Amino acid sequence: MAVYDHSYKNYEGPLTPDWSRFLVIPRHAFRDVFKSKLFTAFFALCFLPLLVEAILIYLHHNVNALAILRVNVRELIPIDASFFQTFVNLQGGFAFFVTLLVGPPLVSRDLRNNALPLYLCRPFSRAEYVAGKMSVVLILLSAMTWVPQLILFMFQAYLEGGSWLINNLWIASAILIASVVWILLLALLSQAISALVKWRVVASGALLGIFFIPSVFGEVVNQIFWTRWGSIISLGALTKNISAGLFGTFERTTGFATNMEGDVVSRVVMMEPPLWCSWAALFVVCAICLAILSAKVKAYEVVS
Amino acid sequence: MATAATFEQEINLHDPKNFAPVIDLNDLSVNFGKRQILKGLRGELRGRAIGLLGPNGAGKTTLIHTLLGFHAPSAGTAHIFGKDILTDAKQIRSLIGYMPERDSFIAKMSAVHFVRLMAELSGLPPEASLERAHEALFYVGLGEARYRSLDTYSLGMKQLAKLAQAIVHGPKLIFLDEPTNGLDPPARARMIRLIREIRDSGQANIVLSSHLLRDVEECCEEILILKNGYLAVYCNLEEERKSNRKFLVLETRGDDAKFVEAIAGLGCEYALTGDHRLKIVLTEGTEVRDLYRIAAEQNMQIRRLSYKRDSLEDIFLKAMENGNGSL
Repeated sequence: MAVYDHSYKNYEGPLTPDWSRFLVIPRHAFRDVFKSKLFTAFFALCFLPLLVEAILIYLHHNVNALAILRVNVRELIPIDASFFQTFVNLQGGFAFFVTLLVGPPLVSRDLRNNALPLYLCRPFSRAEYVAGKMSVVLILLSAMTWVPQLILFMFQAYLEGGSWLINNLWIASAILIASVVWILLLALLSQAISALVKWRVVASGALLGIFFIPSVFGEVVNQIFWTRWGSIISLGALTKNISAGLFGTFERTTGFATNMEGDVVSRVVMMEPPLWCSWAALFVVCAICLAILSAKVKAYEVVS
Repeated sequence: MATAATFEQEINLHDPKNFAPVIDLNDLSVNFGKRQILKGLRGELRGRAIGLLGPNGAGKTTLIHTLLGFHAPSAGTAHIFGKDILTDAKQIRSLIGYMPERDSFIAKMSAVHFVRLMAELSGLPPEASLERAHEALFYVGLGEARYRSLDTYSLGMKQLAKLAQAIVHGPKLIFLDEPTNGLDPPARARMIRLIREIRDSGQANIVLSSHLLRDVEECCEEILILKNGYLAVYCNLEEERKSNRKFLVLETRGDDAKFVEAIAGLGCEYALTGDHRLKIVLTEGTEVRDLYRIAAEQNMQIRRLSYKRDSLEDIFLKAMENGNGSL
């Protein structure tokens, strides 16, 4: 079927392996995503905290630079688990905004244009479709969260020495797990909402709402009932607790009941929900997202 | 003798009956909830181009969707090129191209980007996909418009782009669901020509679903007619036409009653199809001149006389009146 030879011919050439076919979707999606200069600029901006992190690590180990800047090493933030946790959380915030821009149209656009039959009439399953769409978000977010964080961790280990690496290897696993949990949640939620809502703006609004409305509601519950169990419905609080647990900074006792002026009005110690509850709640959210995707990602809706 | 034997072997080699059927339906039933859509379809479809006919709601699109694996059969199964749709769905889909009925495309993409993406999803490497996407778009006649966004395409162009994505990976079986929907006459003629070209290339079998009998008549060798989810008729169009008796259509002026009485006296079958319109099947030994003689005797005028065979429309209407069984 050459351009000059207008006749129909079968394709006899080599085929790509089955396992790699879902990666076709992110490859084509990135071309579309980075067409927007505004998004490209924002994505580049997301790496700014990492640059600051790298500079701080570098300064800790460069006496000459400290001398020039007339800064005492003790005045700098210590490079420990809290240091990495702070930057993991910061990058998580940027990851949320990148998801808001990239995630919502991924499935909704296909649903709006009846494109699903075109994907699914090929040797391409529904699971591969979902994996492909999710990997658009996962690859982008990985590039700005755990991948650079682990590189900076290795940079710190290189400057500090082998013993520091051995003693703090758990921080690397905490960086990896906390980031992966967060970006996986973002990817799943954005795809589930995208499958439910056909319009991009509405889907972005819904994603924003799913994080903020339960947080506000949870905080109201906390204030009214003098408890911290309201956090169980706040996705932000759940992931924050999980992250704190992984970095060893999680404390169940967080404070006392306060009034509007911030004065302590009760001596009742309020406890954060235990960590396993946060994990369980997160699993439930992920299961719901997968159920929505399973129900909505179909070539055709059957009206029985 | 040796030459004759070789010739005979060659004939057998090209006889589709000697190959696995393109589609083999084994009591295929599909339910949507409590509603039965396809009811125990059974048959072997072997033609190069098979027309899928039926009134709205007969189950044409459901049959295609089931063969593509979009709906699970509630009973029975089907085989495409000998592969089971239940167990070898992925393998089957690598052999198939599908042009859906509804508007289906990916927004904010140029045609060449869209067709390339579809080729890559079918397993072609990126370079080959790009090359085949250009070729497919030139083939369907969108060569000059291939860099334009699909959002700006007219309905006819979108239909052609859908055809391009269905053939870009060179499938061996192409399902075309109402391919001429919404096309103006030149665009329809172009689509029909393309379908016939693909059929005649011998590289792919075609299943054409349409409610437009003319489209099917122009493209297909075999037809499968569905009625209320049953297989009403499956036949070779050409053989069916040949086997149907040739009849005469007459338009007359005068007293029809006496005329048909005299014709019945010759032993001919007849039917009054309207005011002064007759269908007559001549018996052996009766000739047209006999009709003119009888007309003259009855003081009748034969204004028009033509030979006809059953058209697809006749076959279809007959199936709608009678058929609700299987082959």
